[in-house]
Amino acid sequence: MTDLAAGTGPAGPIVSPVLAPRRRFMLLRRLLAHRSFQIGAALVVILTAAAVLAPLITGLDPVAMKVRFRFRPPSAAFPFGTDNFGRDILTRVLYGARVSLWIGLVVTLLSGFLGAAIGMIAAQFRGVDAPLMRVMDALMSFPAILLALGITAALGPRMESVIIALTVAYVPAGVRIVRASALVVRELDYVQAARIAGAGNARIMFRHILPNSVGPLLVHMTFVFAYSILAEAALSFLGVGVPPPTPSWGNIIAEGRDYATEAWWVMLFPGIAISLAALGLNLLGDGLRDVLDPRLKGAG
Amino acid sequence: MGRLIAIRVLQAVPVILIVSVLAFLLMSLLPGDPAVVIAGDQASPEAIEKVRRGLGLDRPFLEQIGLWFLQLAQGNFGASLMLNQSVVSAMGERLPVTLSLAGLSLAITLPVGIFAGSIAAYYRQTWIDSVVMVVALLGVSIPAFWIAILAVILFSVMLGWLPSSGFVPLAQDPLGWFRSLVMPAAMLSLFQIGFLARMTRSAMLDVLSQDFIRTARSKGLSEWSTVGKHAFRNALIMVITAMGILISTAIGGSVVIEQVFALPGIGRLVVQGILARDYPLVQGVMLIYGFAFVAINLMVDVLYTVADPRVRYD
Repeated sequence: MTDLAAGTGPAGPIVSPVLAPRRRFMLLRRLLAHRSFQIGAALVVILTAAAVLAPLITGLDPVAMKVRFRFRPPSAAFPFGTDNFGRDILTRVLYGARVSLWIGLVVTLLSGFLGAAIGMIAAQFRGVDAPLMRVMDALMSFPAILLALGITAALGPRMESVIIALTVAYVPAGVRIVRASALVVRELDYVQAARIAGAGNARIMFRHILPNSVGPLLVHMTFVFAYSILAEAALSFLGVGVPPPTPSWGNIIAEGRDYATEAWWVMLFPGIAISLAALGLNLLGDGLRDVLDPRLKGAG
Repeated sequence: MGRLIAIRVLQAVPVILIVSVLAFLLMSLLPGDPAVVIAGDQASPEAIEKVRRGLGLDRPFLEQIGLWFLQLAQGNFGASLMLNQSVVSAMGERLPVTLSLAGLSLAITLPVGIFAGSIAAYYRQTWIDSVVMVVALLGVSIPAFWIAILAVILFSVMLGWLPSSGFVPLAQDPLGWFRSLVMPAAMLSLFQIGFLARMTRSAMLDVLSQDFIRTARSKGLSEWSTVGKHAFRNALIMVITAMGILISTAIGGSVVIEQVFALPGIGRLVVQGILARDYPLVQGVMLIYGFAFVAINLMVDVLYTVADPRVRYD
C-alpha cells in the first residue's frame, strides 16, 4: 500500500492502508505512540469530559443572573470570574463547551458523511461526475466563512442554522478528497476483479472503495472539526450564531467584548477554551495523517 | 498546455452559472415570506407590497430566475435597500479598505509563512522545527477575532502605540494608512502564516526526499544551490496551489477582523447588511465575491499549469 501511495505523485490522493485487522491493530499502536496524537487526544478527551460532566463540575446555572455578583474578577468562589449579569464564567464556559463541541461534532459527521456519499457517487457514476463537481467548485468559490454567514443570515440565528451553514461550507472539500482516492482505488486490480466477478455498484462502493478512502477523509474530518469550532465562534461573534442567553464559546466572547478592558476575564477564558479545542483537534489530525500517510512523516 | 488551460476556462463557465443560481437561491432560504422578512415585522402592507414588487417576488419562480440572469447579463448585481445604492457602487466604495487589509495581510503571510515552513523542513526534527511548528499550530488554532481583541487591549489601550479602530486612506496619509492597518493585517495573518508554514514544510519535506536532490548533492552542488534553488523552487510550485485558499481565507477573515477594528470595508458592509435584513445587498456581495473567486481559482490553476509541466487533467 505504501508503494501505491507513493505512486500517486506528490499532490496525489492518499490511499489509506486500513486493510486487515492485524494492520489495523498495528496502526492503532503507531497512533498511540505518536506524540502529537497523544497530546491532541488528551486535550480532546479532557474538554469532552468537561462538557459532558459540566453539571457535576459546577453546581451553578449557566444562565441564572445574580446582579449583585456582577463583574467579579477570578477568585476562589468564581475561578473564571463573573460577567455583567453576575453569571459564573466557568459555568458558562463548561456549558458553552457542550454547544460548541456539539456543533463541531455534528458538522464534522454530517459533512464527512455527505462528502463520502457524494464523492463516491461522483467517482462511480461517471455521468454525474462533472455536474456534481461543478456544483462543488461553485460552493468552494465562496470563502467558507462568508458562505456560512450568508446561509445563517437567511435561516436566522439558531444553532441548527449554524450547523447547516457550516456543513454546506465544508462538504465540497470532503467530496474532492473521497472522489480523488476513489478514482485511484476503482482502477486497482482487485476492484476490477470484483467487478468482473459480478459485484454490483453498491458492493464495490461500500466494500472496496469506501474502506480505502476512509483514511484521508478521517484526517480531513479532524481538521473540519477544528475549523467548525473556530467558525462557530466567529459567526456567534458577528451576531448570527448561537443566540444568547444559551452560552457558546463564541457568544461569551461576543458579550464580553464590550467590557474587555475592564473585565478581561469574561472573554479571556472562552477564547482559551476554543484555542485548546482547536489545538487538540489539529494535533489529532496531524497524528492521524502521519500514521495513515507515511510519506509526509516528519518530526511530530 | 494551451489545451489544458482551455479546458479549465471552459469548466469555469458552468461554475459561474451555478454560483449565480446559488446566490439567487439564498433569498429562498428565508423562512416565510421574504418580502415580510425584508420589510420587517412592523411594516405596513403597502411597504411589504412595495418590497415584493421591487424585488420581483410577486412573479413566478422561473420568471424571477430568468430576470436575475437578465440583470446579471446587464451588469446589474442588485441594489442595497438600506443604502439606497447599487451593490456594485457600495462595494466599490469599500473595496480599497478590504483590499488594503487583505493585501497587507498577504504581504506579511507569504514571506513569513514560506520562510518558516522551509526552515522547519530543512532543520527537521531539531528544536528549530519544533518551535516553528508549535507556533504554526497555535496560528491555526487560536481564533483571530479573539487574539485581535487582546491585541487592541495591549497595543492600543495599554501601550497606546496604535489606533484601536478606523481606517486612513493610503492617498491621504501613507503612514496613517499603515498604522491603521498593521495590527488588523497582522492578526489576520496569524492563521494564514500557520497554514502556509505547515503546508510549505510538508511540500519541502516531500521534495527534499526525492532522488534529484540526492543527485544534486552527490554531484557536488553547494547546499545553497541544492536547497535554495532545486528544492525550494519545486516546493514553491506546490505552494502556488495554496494561493487560492490563502486569498479566500484572507477575504473571509477580513469580515471578522473589519468588525473588530471597525474598518469600513466590504466585510463590515455584509455584517451591517445582515443585521439590517438587507438581503439583496448580502446576495449581491456574495455573488460578486463568488465570481471573483472563480476568476482567482482559474488564475491559480493556470499559473500552476504553467509552473509545473507535469500537471495533467483527467
